[in-house]
Amino acid sequence: MVTFNLLLNAVVTGILLGGFYAAVTIGITIAFGMLDIVNIAHPAFIIMGSFIAYIVNRTFGVDPILTVIVASPLFFLLGVAIFSFYHAAFEGSGKGSLRGLAFFFGMLFVIEVTLLLAFGVDYRLVQTSYIGPNVGFEHVDLPLRMVIPFVGSIALVSGLHIFFGHTFVGRAIMAVAQDEFALSLMAVDTVAIRQLAFGIAIATAAIAGGFLIVIQPVDPSLGREYIGRVFAICVLGGMGSIPGTVIAAFILGVVETITSTLVGPSWAPAVSFATLLLTLAVRPSGIMGR
Amino acid sequence: MRRFPSWVWPIAVAVFTLAVSRLVENEYYMFAGYVVLQYIVLASAWNILGGYAGYVNFGSAAFFAIGAYGTVVLDKLGEPPLVVAILFGGIVASLVGLVTAYLTLRLRGVFFAIATLALAIVLQTLVMNWEFVGGPLGVYTTRPDSITGFPGYVNYLFVVMLVLALISVLVARAIELSFVGRGLAAIRDNELAAECCGVPTFRLKVLAAMLSGGLMGMAGAPFPYYITYLDPNSAFSIAYGINSIAMPLVGGMSHWIGPVIGAVLLAVVQQVATVTISSELNLMIVGVLLISFITLAPNGVVGLFERYRQQRHWRPGK
Amino acid sequence: MTMQNLLEANSIRKSFGGFVALDAVDIAVRPGERVGLIGPNGSGKSTLVNCLSGAISSDTGTISFDGRAIERLPAYRRTRLGIVRTFQIPLPFMSMTVVENLTIPLRFAGRHHPGALTVVSDIEQALLILEDVGLRDKASESSARLTQVEMRKLELARAVAARPKLLIADETMAGLSHAEVDEIILLLLKLNDQGIAIIMIEHIMRAVIAFSQRAIVLVAGRKIADDAPDVVMNNAEVVRAYLGE
Repeated sequence: MVTFNLLLNAVVTGILLGGFYAAVTIGITIAFGMLDIVNIAHPAFIIMGSFIAYIVNRTFGVDPILTVIVASPLFFLLGVAIFSFYHAAFEGSGKGSLRGLAFFFGMLFVIEVTLLLAFGVDYRLVQTSYIGPNVGFEHVDLPLRMVIPFVGSIALVSGLHIFFGHTFVGRAIMAVAQDEFALSLMAVDTVAIRQLAFGIAIATAAIAGGFLIVIQPVDPSLGREYIGRVFAICVLGGMGSIPGTVIAAFILGVVETITSTLVGPSWAPAVSFATLLLTLAVRPSGIMGR
Repeated sequence: MRRFPSWVWPIAVAVFTLAVSRLVENEYYMFAGYVVLQYIVLASAWNILGGYAGYVNFGSAAFFAIGAYGTVVLDKLGEPPLVVAILFGGIVASLVGLVTAYLTLRLRGVFFAIATLALAIVLQTLVMNWEFVGGPLGVYTTRPDSITGFPGYVNYLFVVMLVLALISVLVARAIELSFVGRGLAAIRDNELAAECCGVPTFRLKVLAAMLSGGLMGMAGAPFPYYITYLDPNSAFSIAYGINSIAMPLVGGMSHWIGPVIGAVLLAVVQQVATVTISSELNLMIVGVLLISFITLAPNGVVGLFERYRQQRHWRPGK
Repeated sequence: MTMQNLLEANSIRKSFGGFVALDAVDIAVRPGERVGLIGPNGSGKSTLVNCLSGAISSDTGTISFDGRAIERLPAYRRTRLGIVRTFQIPLPFMSMTVVENLTIPLRFAGRHHPGALTVVSDIEQALLILEDVGLRDKASESSARLTQVEMRKLELARAVAARPKLLIADETMAGLSHAEVDEIILLLLKLNDQGIAIIMIEHIMRAVIAFSQRAIVLVAGRKIADDAPDVVMNNAEVVRAYLGE
């Protein structure tokens, strides 16, 4: 029976989830929306972050979110390395996008199987003080394990929004996103800028991975569920737009949770992908798209 | 070799394989051979849209599963002959290909690729929630004990898949050598220029998508009888998605023989790896091969062969 | 005696977001005419070409070609009817040889032309066209390995292979040497002799003056002149647009 209470909780949970989804997607907003790199392996990097948080938490008891924040510079460097390889191997050739796509698909696969071989198929979880307790308001019960990642996600996304809008480097990246050719004529090292941007994108994946394992247990193949989500949100939000990503993330989070509550959780994965298909069919430029 | 038109060779090989299959007694080889043939169909089908036109399909599993679950539905309604199931699966998959193509092929190729991924998951979720075909638990499909004219039903399945493999190879070849293939190649090279040269780009892409999807659906139709227990995880297995891409890539995407080479190579390697090492590791091998080839030999085995031939025939000053 | 216009476009309007690229532009071309289309950068010339050829659709306005309304037709159909355009940056089919590049428009556009030669094979027709533009000896070369001039000629050859009634040559001469520009002018004149109407979009004024019977000037999305070249060149507004106040 669907009560007001139930629905209210679903909506609020959906908003919390949506905030987290924004953090998950921002890496794609950067890589795909701004740099036109279809990094379909992005969710695999997130899962990698989750597993790193898991090991450190299990061995040393360190907080997962702290772990991934510390690990994010390493992921940044990894992103820089991957972009350098991608640029050298695939950009500039005529069929670059097809090959790049297949490259990242292969990478998604290799990462997933590596994690599978290393950790097995079981779900892993972390122990922290805030997994378990709820914070309650009237009518609404919020699990802390969702609130903390929500706050962290909003902080991350806001920080990046400020970075891209108001710092010199961030605006350079946006300029490259808009007209790389013009910039290269002005003697700007566009490759270095894009390396930087892609590094940031992968770093955000690590942080999102930390949030993820706080919210729910993680297994190596969980990334696949997220492929649809991140691209659905990115496209719905209007590609390179960060505010668009946030809005779309909230929409998806709420719709998924309500669907889950009303029809059952087994339908949830279809929601994001169906949203994606619908957006592509009806308004491919998204909400904030130009 | 040059005296025969190239379509003679697939038929000759098929007839030879058929003859050999009559002599082989160990059913294991029928089972293993079926998988290889199935991948020949999937790889050739994928390549029509992926290699010829340049539109990557990540959702091969969706079309394959349409064929498989189509058979399940027909089987529950009244056991039809396998040929009917194959045609049914092919037509439904083809229509799904048509709709997907129609909705997304006006956009950039990247969006089509993502949409195909989305399609696979949406369909899998639908099937998981559909009790008639068993939902997440799957269904059992009884394999008939025997069929006239063949030493066993498994042997029959092998021959059916052999015929499907032959058909898909000949269809791919026919497309490649026809004006459709030329048009698709122009689209792949530069879609805007192709359109301005009079190529009906949208129509050709949709046609390729329908053929590609339809063939994949046909490949999936006999699967329930092969595996006897079908559940969404096996029907929508990601192995189909990654193999459909890796096999044409490794074999060579510009020629109809490429997917065949890639399918045989990779399917055999995976069978051996599954038996000797582990099934996870065999997927890793595919992923590594995919990345290696796309980086180092993007034109696949066929490309390497052509390079070798060109070097041998190189003359100074040419 | 009045000749019906081959191409007639009226009130073509096109905006991108808030930016108005074309503001109610009219353009007409008679069969076999040589028209120059000039204007400062950003004036809307490429947008106009894209609207005429069907690469993009205009917001409002009508386009008729050979008596038919074509504004709803996709680009490939317009090509088949006889409007063919070249690209400012050449877009050859890189995986194909020079002669193979021509077989595409021959097969997909040229064939739909009434009176098309079906007896001679595509390859033979292609070689004849390559002969005309001076690329015959490069026929079996990969199109990815041509020089700039050769690529421009290939663009033109490909356009010719589509059997145009109207050819829109989009900045074919940009960046070429004096002698190369002359080559292209002669080529275009030769094509015009065969009855093909040509719209030449150029910044190289001497080419426009030498080639065109009529010059159309676009500035900031509006047509400000449409007359014989020498009249247009002395038009005060045109001079102002190019040289500033």
